[in-house]
Amino acid sequence: MTSRPGSGDRAVVRRAGESALLVETGSLEVSHRLDALLRERRPAGVTEIVPGPATVLVVAPGADPAALRARLSLLLGTARDAAPAPSGARGTVTVPVVYDGPDLADVAELSGLPVREVVERHTGVELVVGWLGFAPGFAYLTGLDPALHVPRLSTPRTSVPAGAVAIAGPYSAVYPAASPGGWRLLGRSSLTVWDTAADPPALLTPGTRVRFRAVRG
Amino acid sequence: MNPEADPVLRVVEVVAPGPYATVQDLGRPGHGHLGVPCSGAADAPSLRLANRLVGNPEDAAGIELTFGGARLRFPAGAWVAVTGAPCPLTLRVPEGAGGSGGTGPSAVSRGSGSRDTGSPAAGSRRDAARAPARPGAAGPYAPVWVPSGGELRVGAPTAGLRTYVAVRGGLDVPAVLGSRSTDALSGLGPAPLAPGLRLPLGPAAGLPPIVVDAAPPPPIPRGVLRVLPGPRDDWFAPDALEALCAAPYQVSRRSNRVGVRLAGTALRRVRDGELPSEGMVAGAVQVPPSGQPIVFLADHPPTGGYPVIAVVASADLAVAAQLRPGDPVWFRLR
Repeated sequence: MTSRPGSGDRAVVRRAGESALLVETGSLEVSHRLDALLRERRPAGVTEIVPGPATVLVVAPGADPAALRARLSLLLGTARDAAPAPSGARGTVTVPVVYDGPDLADVAELSGLPVREVVERHTGVELVVGWLGFAPGFAYLTGLDPALHVPRLSTPRTSVPAGAVAIAGPYSAVYPAASPGGWRLLGRSSLTVWDTAADPPALLTPGTRVRFRAVRG
Repeated sequence: MNPEADPVLRVVEVVAPGPYATVQDLGRPGHGHLGVPCSGAADAPSLRLANRLVGNPEDAAGIELTFGGARLRFPAGAWVAVTGAPCPLTLRVPEGAGGSGGTGPSAVSRGSGSRDTGSPAAGSRRDAARAPARPGAAGPYAPVWVPSGGELRVGAPTAGLRTYVAVRGGLDVPAVLGSRSTDALSGLGPAPLAPGLRLPLGPAAGLPPIVVDAAPPPPIPRGVLRVLPGPRDDWFAPDALEALCAAPYQVSRRSNRVGVRLAGTALRRVRDGELPSEGMVAGAVQVPPSGQPIVFLADHPPTGGYPVIAVVASADLAVAAQLRPGDPVWFRLR
């Protein structure tokens, strides 16, 4: 892939108000690389870098937008041309799961698989943290086995406990704290993925590789 | 013991919080990629001003009131300043405490310093704790001395929505991720204020003296929000930005610290499907499928999946934060 210099830059770096630019990366992988480049060498004045599946938002109150735009266009080119990061470059986390979730049977039925195979498919792949959102520490894990892509609940639960391991659409997640939630619960983990006293407070940050492992309750 | 030095007494006692009140500083920016909203005072310039008036750093934690209505008691006495939506203030002062002459900034003679209160007027308000109360004078946009045992009563705002109370020394509640702000969306930070709550005050010693008598209250602005188009204006019909600016919207009752929800001309999309979740900024005018825009405030989610047609100018964020349910809002392209 080339870096599309020149006229293309205006379309891929969008203005998001006076203080921010939204860079269109086109893919999660390029988002992660640009995010890493920006954190390594943070341009002056940048206060927030928020990667998404196809964008990176860069907030820089008071920065010169033209200079920042030029810098971001350059870094986007580097991120697009870079070789894929080696697996595990941003760490691998193993998440122990007791697969006794209230939606396990429904997921088996929706996917047409026996419960045992739902667990095997959930533990059988390495997932990657795409981005965080919805709640502090809530990581959208990408790379879920397509056989497990099931719709979210039609009526969300008013409370899902911390540590609940869930799936919805193409994603999986570990609920970082008790919250309402509409994802289907496969099980629970004793792993703490959110701790405001830790640095960073989120265990699962963009680019982190994740493996689920079945354990007994 | 000198009440000012007693940590048990160096608190703000919430007698009544009004409809909704929280502790706010300037928030916890820099954690958006971890799913953490910035939070902080919705009308940040007003909190900064209140802090300056009492000699605090601008980022000290104060109280954000919604629709006023609060009663705050100061067992050890304190300098306070009230800014934002202007509210009538009254002071209940125990008999024998520093007279009403000590409550207004006009009585603050400068020069000879007292220990840590910023003004010599503070010297006159001892041993007053449980005496019968009498009213005292106080007003917004000025430092006010609340004598030991005094109670500050904040009425309903005459205009605007959010009123800020800064206390010299700042509110010393535990910080979470570098901020003492209550985040209404994620639940980070202290719980909203409730009757009987005691908020510890930080030390006033070492703060610069109070040197401002009063700040001119800013004019109450009309609800005009200047916007920059994008980043996703191309998801909407070509005339959608024009439609956004053509007629006023009305502020919905469902507005909160997350966003100002508006009702008016529905903004028509030309693209179907879902926008992949992307980073959001304060002031973003996000348009859900209903076509009715939402202006994001301090507790907005750091990412979202509805397209943002335009973003409110930074200078007008405070205007947005002061909009009341029912108020009209005009958007202007800049």
